[in-house]
Amino acid sequence: MAVVVWITEGTWPACVDAARTHAPASAAVVLLHVSDHDVPGVAHGAFAGLLGRGRPDHDPGARLTDQATTSARELLTAAAERLGRECTQVERTGRVEHEVVAAAEGAELLVLARDGDRAHAGPRSLGPASRFVVDHATCPVLLVWPGSPRP
Amino acid sequence: MVRPWGWPEAVVAVPAAALAVAAGAISPHDALTEAQRLGPVIGFLAAVLVLAQLCDDEGLFHACGAWMARTAVGRPRRLLVQVFVIASLITAVLSLDATVVLLTPVVFATSARLGARPKPHIYACTHLSNTASLLLPVSNLTNLLAFAASGLSFTRFAALMALPWLAAIGVEYAVLRRFFATDLDAGAQAPPAAVPPETPVFALVTVAGTLAGFVLTSAAGINPAWAALAGAAVLAVRALARRRTTPAAIVRSAAVPFLAFVLALGIVVRAVVDNGLSSGLAHLVPHGTSLAALLGTAALAAVLANAINNLPATLVLLPLAAPAGAGAVLAVLLGVNIGPNLTYAGSLATLLWRRIVHDHDAEVDLGEFTRLGLLVVPAALLLAVVGLWIGLQTIGG
Repeated sequence: MAVVVWITEGTWPACVDAARTHAPASAAVVLLHVSDHDVPGVAHGAFAGLLGRGRPDHDPGARLTDQATTSARELLTAAAERLGRECTQVERTGRVEHEVVAAAEGAELLVLARDGDRAHAGPRSLGPASRFVVDHATCPVLLVWPGSPRP
Repeated sequence: MVRPWGWPEAVVAVPAAALAVAAGAISPHDALTEAQRLGPVIGFLAAVLVLAQLCDDEGLFHACGAWMARTAVGRPRRLLVQVFVIASLITAVLSLDATVVLLTPVVFATSARLGARPKPHIYACTHLSNTASLLLPVSNLTNLLAFAASGLSFTRFAALMALPWLAAIGVEYAVLRRFFATDLDAGAQAPPAAVPPETPVFALVTVAGTLAGFVLTSAAGINPAWAALAGAAVLAVRALARRRTTPAAIVRSAAVPFLAFVLALGIVVRAVVDNGLSSGLAHLVPHGTSLAALLGTAALAAVLANAINNLPATLVLLPLAAPAGAGAVLAVLLGVNIGPNLTYAGSLATLLWRRIVHDHDAEVDLGEFTRLGLLVVPAALLLAVVGLWIGLQTIGG
């Protein structure tokens, strides 16, 4: 059985801390990051809209895909360091909410964070992707507050 | 016409133009007139493309990224403001190509460095490459075409487009901030600050000098393309002297196949327009420059841009709008520049073509893209037209 920790930019330290507290010592911890394929996709589209440029090597979408891989790897490394115990790092690319639900199938526990900060009321504390994951994940879900103090 | 096998579109467009002339759809004389009309526009475009690439070589975009990272540590909302400022200025001065190709990767890197979620900032970049391209004739190829057709001076063009530019950017900011509120509120982990790169003073001074050159040439009645050429030449000489670039790289950055494509497209569109399209569309284009007529013109231009891409839409509509005066020409620009944010890849034709050739390895969530477009485009278009109308009333066309 595994405890899957969904690592997202901005809120991941709270999830890692929750995993340290709540994951049984015997459980395998999986750190999961999903790169949103929309981000390079939007850049691809903007370039495709520039009719006639004809320089595929200039397409910023391709560069963003590479950059996303690098930044995901760095994020997972930082998360693994903070976790301080043996874990598996999993990087996926695609529609974020679908990938998370698929990756968490059969898990003992899925740890994810609310999106908002606590400094003010609203907006909704679950973004569209987190909302979908909470609604559709087939395993128990631990929803934590992003607790890092505001700078 | 979207790179079926990695070929430049010119490979299709140039033979098509030759065919149009050979088949008698357009007389050689008319084709030549069109080429002469487009020649200076294309030269201007080449100079701006080279200028932007050389600014990148000088480290201008890298420095922008460093500035955004330094001033937005731990605050994604602040980063969004910085992205808006930089993307709006880069688009206006160095054209939308610079924002899409050169700035977008820098914005992603900055957002990653700050540990912020990238999506709002990347959407801001791509949206602003369209909406923030209203201000100057150099901001967008569509503007260069309209500028040549409008008979306006460089400064008058900028004065009339200043309010629409600000209005459209304002709408983008208000909508994006709310649309991506949860992502922006998620915060960011501040990493240790990196050593700031040197400010590219030379590039900044050259760009400022080029802008001043636009104003001066336009006051002296000289084509402002010369100012762009001078700016590009200054940076080119310096980069060559310091062996930072090669003559071949400079020629490549002028994107000759693209220039050939624009010329060929102009001739093909002229042939189509002369063979019935203009009479078909003429009764759809509102006459005059009343607020209602400007709104109608901008809406028609936006619809056409979303159907067939804004470049051909501009070429089709300009001859029809030009007789009504500069106000109508600028209204066309509002439509063709703001409109493309509604459709992924800028137009339905491009979107369908990408589907046909399966060139969509990284497609987006079209629902989200379109929802955002529907929130931004009609409001931005409306306020921009009102801004243009106010400008026309106060400083005149």
